[in-house]
Amino acid sequence: MRAWITTDPIAAQDVLDGVGTATDGATVVFLGTVREENDGRPVSGLRYDAYVAMAEDVLLRIAGEAGRRAGTDRVAVVHRIGELAVGDASVAIAVSSPHRAEAFDAARFVIEAIKQRLPVWKQEYYVEGAPRWLDGSTPAVGP
Amino acid sequence: MQVHLLLFALYRDLTGVDELNVEVADGATAAAALAGLRQSDPRFAVLPDRPVIALNRELAQLDAVLRDGDELALLPPVAGG
Repeated sequence: MRAWITTDPIAAQDVLDGVGTATDGATVVFLGTVREENDGRPVSGLRYDAYVAMAEDVLLRIAGEAGRRAGTDRVAVVHRIGELAVGDASVAIAVSSPHRAEAFDAARFVIEAIKQRLPVWKQEYYVEGAPRWLDGSTPAVGP
Repeated sequence: MQVHLLLFALYRDLTGVDELNVEVADGATAAAALAGLRQSDPRFAVLPDRPVIALNRELAQLDAVLRDGDELALLPPVAGG
């Protein structure tokens, strides 16, 4: 398992380096990238804020849960924060497992869990108008 | 006793505060500490009544009891990915 937060540009290879063994027949990579529009508004860039210390703990926990679901410990995930331009990757996830279904499932689990509960916030900058913090999810608090 | 308050994203912009050491009564809950803060410091009046909080980097209930030196973070709805 590898999970980290960075302000540096990220690429697929960063997470691929963390996965893949001779027992694995499948490796899935997911990249989340900055789109040039949202709800019809041209976007010029994004800024991510994060509670870094907590986000690294949560990201590692998410990777662990995904790995347990898929029966693999080959899960790597990175979330970039700070200023990003259109086309930049904000998230990279790689999972490898003996068979493809589990790897796809685990990669999907990681990105959905990030959106539900990672303490990271996204501010969009528009070609015209003031920047805006995007509406988010309220993470569930345990007992 | 003191707790270390952290604010992020929208809440930071609304209050103009990113971190602050806050004096709270012994045995106070997070909810009580936030209520006191809203009364004593108008910058915090704009925040929601019951924000999601993290106590020492774990999500917590607002009725959690604070201890000296705790890190109390106010978390807007999250939007990563």
